Amino acid sequence: MILIKELTFNYGKKTALNNLNLSLSSGFNVLLGPNGAGKSTLFSLLTGLSQSSHGTIELNSLNIKGDKSQIMSQLGIVFQQSTLDLDLSVKQNLLYHGSLHGLSPAQTLANIESILSQLNLSDRLNDSIRSLNGGHRRRVEIARALIHQPKILLLDEATVGLDIDSRQLIIDHIRTLCQQRSICVLWATHLIDEIKSDDQLILLDLGRVVAQGNSGQLCRSHQVEDIYQLYRQLTNSRELL
Amino acid sequence: MTFDHYRYCFNGIVKRELLRFFQQRTRLLSALIRPLLWLVVFAAGFRAALGVSIMEPYGTYITYQQYIVPGLCCMIVLFNGMQSSLSMVYDREMGSMKVLLMSPLPRPFLLLSKLIATAILSVFQVFIFLLLAQVVDVEITLIGYLSAIPAIFMIAFFLGALGLLLSNLIKQLENFAGVMNFVIFPLFFLSSALYPLWKMQEASLYLYWLCAYNPFTHCVELMRFALYNQINLNALLVVFSVTVVTAFFALLSFRPRRGR
Repeated sequence: MILIKELTFNYGKKTALNNLNLSLSSGFNVLLGPNGAGKSTLFSLLTGLSQSSHGTIELNSLNIKGDKSQIMSQLGIVFQQSTLDLDLSVKQNLLYHGSLHGLSPAQTLANIESILSQLNLSDRLNDSIRSLNGGHRRRVEIARALIHQPKILLLDEATVGLDIDSRQLIIDHIRTLCQQRSICVLWATHLIDEIKSDDQLILLDLGRVVAQGNSGQLCRSHQVEDIYQLYRQLTNSRELL
Repeated sequence: MTFDHYRYCFNGIVKRELLRFFQQRTRLLSALIRPLLWLVVFAAGFRAALGVSIMEPYGTYITYQQYIVPGLCCMIVLFNGMQSSLSMVYDREMGSMKVLLMSPLPRPFLLLSKLIATAILSVFQVFIFLLLAQVVDVEITLIGYLSAIPAIFMIAFFLGALGLLLSNLIKQLENFAGVMNFVIFPLFFLSSALYPLWKMQEASLYLYWLCAYNPFTHCVELMRFALYNQINLNALLVVFSVTVVTAFFALLSFRPRRGR
């Protein structure tokens, strides 16, 4: 579903992504890497907010440079930083996002009715975003990313700063979505306990993929006990939680 | 993408701007207080000092209040355009700009929708101001209100596009406030909003030329004629041209960030 070939991106003289190659299919894919590994840059390129002159990105066989409109209609994203409009209510935020994808208000609400209920947001629709706590705001962002029923969902450290219950609710919901809808999820995280042994793991360091595959198999092939050790071995970083 | 996609998107963007405007209740008040102070306080003092001779589009002698009303209408549009740009800088800092730019609809359409939303708000604010201006005997006919709408839209497009361009060139909210002082005040004071150009020419030839080349002068003149159901072709051409050029550069500034 996501195919990246020889992707390079520099900020001035600093290389953020260095000849990156990546192939992702549907399912839950975890992107792990230390700060500065290039995760956010990769997300920025995947969403078309930045553009590189070196390398190609294809999402569902569509090239991001040529078929941006079609790609955006298949792509949902939750950014690391909250992007909700604090002055508006939950419903107004969702309807606005639906409209940006060309959906009518009725269609928008119909598309996310079940998601709102699963994320325990049905009774908060008229609440202002300002009145919600961090966990609820994240849930709204996830619901919002699913309004147009994307085939690919990108989440950039979506659970950072949340309590254990909120984190669990969100990650369980995303895993269920993966199974129910056969979508491709790219879940960038710092939190090692969010990774299961059968997840597809992409380990990024200094703008390169240093390991990719089933996380359990990767641990076995590198003769380490867990993902933390694998991470330490391949990146020499200690900043993981 | 079908026509309905564009329609829903346009409606959504306009509705959001209107919701934000009406939820920020002091915004309307502050938008009106500024020109009303000029009209009631400043103009009352200057009325005695400044005489305005017969000039187009007025058929007779007019009071100073009547003279500055078009300029104050443009001032409302100017502040509204800049306020909208300020919200763009805020949106960018808060990340909600990314949400807008990730729409599958073309960016020019998204930005045009935003400009139209700003223009609708400008029409609303100018009309309220004109109604209040009746207190100082400045009366605009119903035809004047109607013929002002296209002029307000065009001026709002120009000033909105200028604001978009500035909002994208400025990286931080704090800088934006500073730059506004270098944009709003020169645009406004170096124009025919407060004094006719011939008065300016008597005072200083340099200032006169600066005012004559200031696009905001042409915005004011376009508005002045429109309020009296007339067209100032020269002003129309200038405002149209600067709108196209500014909008072009504003759109260019919204291209994706390029890396090597």
